Amino acid sequence: MFAYLAKRVIQAVAVMFVISLIAFAIQGNLGDPLRELVGQSVSEEVRQQLRDEMGLNDSFVTQYLRFAGNALQGDLGTSYFFKEPALDVILKKLPATLELVFGATLIIVGFSVPLGVYTAIKPDSILSRIIMGLSIVGISIPVFLTAILMIFVFSVEYGWFPSYGRGDTVQVWGYWQTNFATADGWLHIILPSIALASIMLPLFVRLIRAEMMEVLQSEYVKYAKAKGINPWRIYFVHALKNTLLPVITVGGVQIGTMVAYTILTETVFQWPGMGFMFLEAVNRVDTPLIVAYLIVVGFIFVVTNTIVDLIYGLVNPTVNIARMGA
Amino acid sequence: MSTETLNPKSEPSRWSKIWNSNMGYSFRRNPVAVVSMIVFLLIAIASFLAPVIAPYDPYDPAQIDIMNSEYPPAWVSGSLPEFVLGTDDQGRDLWSTILYGTRLSLLIGICAVALQAFLGISIGLIAGYVGGRLDSLLMRLADIQLSFSTLMVAIIFLAVTQAMFGTDTFNKYAVVFLIAVIGVAEWPQYARTVRATVLAEKKKEYVDSARVLGFGPMRIMVRHILPNSLSPIFVISTVQVANAIISEASLSFLGLGMPPSQPSLGSLISSGFDYIFSGSWWITAIPGVVLVVLVLVINLLGDWMRDVLNPKLYKG
Repeated sequence: MFAYLAKRVIQAVAVMFVISLIAFAIQGNLGDPLRELVGQSVSEEVRQQLRDEMGLNDSFVTQYLRFAGNALQGDLGTSYFFKEPALDVILKKLPATLELVFGATLIIVGFSVPLGVYTAIKPDSILSRIIMGLSIVGISIPVFLTAILMIFVFSVEYGWFPSYGRGDTVQVWGYWQTNFATADGWLHIILPSIALASIMLPLFVRLIRAEMMEVLQSEYVKYAKAKGINPWRIYFVHALKNTLLPVITVGGVQIGTMVAYTILTETVFQWPGMGFMFLEAVNRVDTPLIVAYLIVVGFIFVVTNTIVDLIYGLVNPTVNIARMGA
Repeated sequence: MSTETLNPKSEPSRWSKIWNSNMGYSFRRNPVAVVSMIVFLLIAIASFLAPVIAPYDPYDPAQIDIMNSEYPPAWVSGSLPEFVLGTDDQGRDLWSTILYGTRLSLLIGICAVALQAFLGISIGLIAGYVGGRLDSLLMRLADIQLSFSTLMVAIIFLAVTQAMFGTDTFNKYAVVFLIAVIGVAEWPQYARTVRATVLAEKKKEYVDSARVLGFGPMRIMVRHILPNSLSPIFVISTVQVANAIISEASLSFLGLGMPPSQPSLGSLISSGFDYIFSGSWWITAIPGVVLVVLVLVINLLGDWMRDVLNPKLYKG
């Protein structure tokens, strides 16, 4: 187990190193920090002197080490636009994005388990066929179209839900302001959460259904049936438990993927999260913010994937042994 | 001509072979697959014939009049008879623009998947056939690549490219960038599946006998093992084309793909989104419907193919 853990952590560190190299390369080639600082009206001599002082003429390795050292201390540069540390700007936007992901996850978990189990138990019923049909339609509609459609129907036509922004939020702790404390906050988060959930929900329904159908064919389920155990107990206690392992693994990876899809939902709903901020930073060529976003998102991906891998290794001993050998 | 008359019982044509095969039979018995195929062919043919059948050329500034902008489709009051599906915000005929846009979306989707398939199949063949350290290294790379969402990688890559080259240069090569990034980001899908089948095939006798005959590894991989790994490749390819089209649309919607001057379906939807609150719903809605129908029929065909060929796909 220790060797497995160490391997995963080393891999995570190696990936973070590559990400930091990419981020550093972007920082060095995108925009000119000197021009952002002093503008155009400085003579070439002063410019060179400033470059020396800022260390822009140092060798690549020296510059990278300085960059990495600062990054490890939480200093990812200062945003050109906000005139604040880039990491602070992102951390202020992070709670909005995480709450959106959380809302979508609630919807996905709440619906995918009952729908997946039902379609697996009764694969031939009309309702199952409708659910499976809708799931393939759901996979085929891009997130931004679902979002636009919902804005058009529920905001423009009926006016039930607001179409943009976070509404009233309540300060919880530090930079964290929550949507879940006021009625207005709830109204604002519902449509974006559904839009974000719409792409993952069909995937999970199909995954749970497939795993569940496989488990229902197994010997121990037949044995439990023969023993006369209540079918609902078999479905939800005996069978479901064994389908959850692959579901959790895929689920953990998909949480990272959802961070990518938040960029789309946040753009449509003008949700003040970090995805929306990133696209604005790109339009303003705000290099430190772009680089900081890259590192933060890379970090989120690496951490979630490593944790998922470790949980998988802990829960599933067979995989553990097989992977330890590799 | 003469050979046909001399040999009336000649070999059945390739077409009738396909028609009478298992796949052809199950295709005919499956109305969903038949309808999906017809719809897909209609969309594909119409869009590739766009220069012939489109009444206007959306790339020709002389045919665009800004005064014609935002006319609704023909069935809504206030429309002009010459614009069947109305016009977009720049005064382009929406029907023509959708035809050209669909062509672009399909082209990008198919080329990106071709690139994925080329990279993934080559890497998968080599990893599976050579094995050992190279195999574990390549598969570890595939795992890492897969753990980052394609969309995320594409968004960051295109955003940085756009900021670096400036919008004008970026727009000129947007098609190439899109194909490259969608193509490179998804190679592990193919590589893992191909590797899994190669590992299974490699142990079979026909591979041994080919080796005994003195054929080189290249020939064995491409001419002997690859043809036996085709059915999972087909199944993956349909799903991948659907995903690539969605990715392209999403990127263009974010302004990181095709520019409004050469619109794909995604950028058309994006330019219409600004006008949805002022009531011009059709600029977004009609390309949106085309996009969903296109992706849906490809996904339905993929589902059918998965049921028929029933390959052991790599469960990720």
